[in-house]
Amino acid sequence: MANSMLSLTICPPSPSSQHHFKLGVASSQTCFFGKDFVKAKSFTRTKMTVAVKVSRFESITMAPPDPILGVSEAFRADTNELKLNLGVGAYRTEDLQPYVLNVVKKAEKLMLERGENKEYLPIEGLAAFNKVTAELLFGADNPVILQQRVATVQGLSGTGSLRLAAALIERYFPGAKVLISSPTWGNHKNIFNDARVPWSEYRYYDPSTVGLDFDGMIADIKAAPEGSFILLHGCAHNPTGIDPTPEQWEIIADVIQEKNHIPFFDVAYQGFASGSLDADASSVRLFAARGMELFIAQSYSKNLGLYAERIGAINVVCSSADAAARVKSQIKRLARPMYSNPPIHGARIVANVVGNPELFNEWKEEMELMAGRIKSVRQKLYDSLGAKDKSGKDWSFILRQIGMFSFTGLNKAQSDNMTNKWHVYMTKDGRISLAGLSSAKCEYLANAIFDSNHNVS
Amino acid sequence: MALRTIISGRVIRFGAVLGGRSMSSWWGNVEPAAKDPILGVTEAFLADPRPNKVNVGVGAYRDDNGKPVVLECVREAERRIAGNLNMEYLPMGGSAKMVEETLKLAYGENSDLIKDKRIAAIQALSGTGACRIFADFQKRFCPDSQIYIPVPTWANHHNIWRDAHVPQRTFHYYHPESKGLDFASMMDDIKNAPNGSFFMLHACAHNPTGVDPSEEQWREISYQFKVKGHFPFFDMAYQGFASGDPEKDAKSIRIFLEDGHLIGCAQSYAKNMGLYGQRVGCLSVVCEDEMQAVAVKSQLQQLARPMYSNPPIHGALIVSTILGDPDLKKLWLKEVKVMADRIIGMRTALRENLEKLGSSLSWEHITNQIGMFCYSGLTPEQVDRLTDEFHIYMTRNGRISMAGVTTGNVGYLANAIHEVTKSA
Repeated sequence: MANSMLSLTICPPSPSSQHHFKLGVASSQTCFFGKDFVKAKSFTRTKMTVAVKVSRFESITMAPPDPILGVSEAFRADTNELKLNLGVGAYRTEDLQPYVLNVVKKAEKLMLERGENKEYLPIEGLAAFNKVTAELLFGADNPVILQQRVATVQGLSGTGSLRLAAALIERYFPGAKVLISSPTWGNHKNIFNDARVPWSEYRYYDPSTVGLDFDGMIADIKAAPEGSFILLHGCAHNPTGIDPTPEQWEIIADVIQEKNHIPFFDVAYQGFASGSLDADASSVRLFAARGMELFIAQSYSKNLGLYAERIGAINVVCSSADAAARVKSQIKRLARPMYSNPPIHGARIVANVVGNPELFNEWKEEMELMAGRIKSVRQKLYDSLGAKDKSGKDWSFILRQIGMFSFTGLNKAQSDNMTNKWHVYMTKDGRISLAGLSSAKCEYLANAIFDSNHNVS
Repeated sequence: MALRTIISGRVIRFGAVLGGRSMSSWWGNVEPAAKDPILGVTEAFLADPRPNKVNVGVGAYRDDNGKPVVLECVREAERRIAGNLNMEYLPMGGSAKMVEETLKLAYGENSDLIKDKRIAAIQALSGTGACRIFADFQKRFCPDSQIYIPVPTWANHHNIWRDAHVPQRTFHYYHPESKGLDFASMMDDIKNAPNGSFFMLHACAHNPTGVDPSEEQWREISYQFKVKGHFPFFDMAYQGFASGDPEKDAKSIRIFLEDGHLIGCAQSYAKNMGLYGQRVGCLSVVCEDEMQAVAVKSQLQQLARPMYSNPPIHGALIVSTILGDPDLKKLWLKEVKVMADRIIGMRTALRENLEKLGSSLSWEHITNQIGMFCYSGLTPEQVDRLTDEFHIYMTRNGRISMAGVTTGNVGYLANAIHEVTKSA
């Protein structure tokens, strides 16, 4: 690689007489790097580094803004008073303020009082955290827990846990494909791409009904090569908010078993869908009860409001305790060269909340309040749309969809109109985060949606 | 995959396996992984019931009572940040404030590079995370490049570049006979490497040897790097821990910057701020100009997004609280010096003890080496004896974490080392 070295730095003489020495000459564009030892004492240091080496990374282009996180950045830059951020799925109170749960504040206070140290966690994370996390997902008396068949490793929230699982798939199932729903959370494909795991899509969202394309989903899962990984959203599908019914889950499980596929759950909203932590885990528990081996990525970002602490876990349910131990050891080998061991703070908060009966109960109440607020803005939005839109269009899907998000059915141009004309920030796939909506703003939003839907194509 | 072929022909009916658990596993071919050579030592130590056991394995600082330390400045920062700040996602690049303060430490308070916004930098998951994102970045944008790694180095360096699929080569570094730097061979390797190679350098307090180039040697290395057009990547995990003075410990990096190199750098607060478990550090890449720095930063973020989306906030807040407050920063600098001084004191004590015991071997290297680690020169067999007979835990390469040595155990340690080496 060609170098252009144009340093004009003159170095002071070295006290040692043994080493070669560099001599810079203070003329404009030339430099000499002789190997003669210079004894002169009157050199001054002239810092005239005119130009530097051409960068190795000269040709690097600007990466596109992240489709989700980039929305918040754009929102922050908007100075209009009416602006509304319905982009990222972070819960807001009715006053549109971020919300730190009371149980989290209490846990942090306890932790401060105890004055715990900051030593490295083991690679697999905090043991107390791993224990309560698996129990939260399966129920403490679930056979998979009692039989120690779950390999649980603390991960960097949902993303980090998915990435560990992807790396495990790449290493132990080379060539195996992951099927992801169409649509799905934007970062899923990035994770599998960077982990070098091939993926394809199964049909999921039906635009004509703004509901689930169940036949398409089943057909695509059946058509996939045996032993594929099927990525399923445990509850509160992101971005659509459309979940299978319990009956549909049974059929999905049938097909997966028939084809020897491996179910891979992404559980980012346990508690946020129905308000009940147990009810929201029923899809996962259904599969586990069938004796299947499965992957589950969990996140506490939303349900404990611990977004920035990056706390979650990857769970692999195996058919034996021995397999679980081996799998856990291999997940550790993947984590070590990524970040060595996971961050402690969020893990301790979770262990203190979920592991403490009083705080756990209090958490359940706060969870119900958050989920309840979202249900009530869904209702209010629906009512406002009904009042505004007399065309006969059926907006009831807003009530049927579950969790933080609603897939409005708006296309890209219409979504752009939402932003450009109404200062409503959302993702281009038509997804709005109801967690960012207050009941006070429902009418405004209804106007914006109505306008975009009817007047823009 | 043999197991998959075996079971691919089977159809499992859902009724048959309700509650059943005797079905074949997908995981039959998964072997148990070997214990991590460094972190596994602590696991073994914790499992040992002996009261006189000594842990000089993992590089985590201990006070003179052998206890983990949380710095006062950190406790104060924690109190200030508890409860009042929300926990919203940081941007993908992490806390801007933390990164800003961190760059000043490495590049200098008044660095022109910082003023001119020529440094692409993101918050990273401590030193490991910074190295890993850089390795992935190197793979993506210089796909034909390799990484030159010193012999020896921190074991996880090999894992990182391997999992990033970057081929590795080594360069001479440690000189076993003198227990110092093999400078001549190192320079040969630098000269013989193809022009434009990527090198990973320990900025100070080399891990595991504790052997650092002198300032003069660093200047020569920098010069040769210019001649060859090599890319210098600095792993700086111990700034402040080597000499007690962070400015002094950054000297190698400053020399390279003065010479106009466009460096990469991994920084960690695990040791110097005692924030081990918080996983807070920084990755920076010096660019030609601001525009390029913006582009490079965006690409670093692209690598972080599918790994963990955005980095953890707590440790970053602690760092920016401390470094952003002149009084807390002063306190931190004092506390770092205390830690470094204690280690330097233990080096002296260990060497003196060994000499007093009448060891015929030279133990100069204990005080010549710098930072947390001492490369003792013990063989794996001698290390095993230390563990089995004396319940002293260290990595099998003979690396002693001086941070685990106390006035209470230095005599015992010296005696044990003398025992296993006197017949050598």
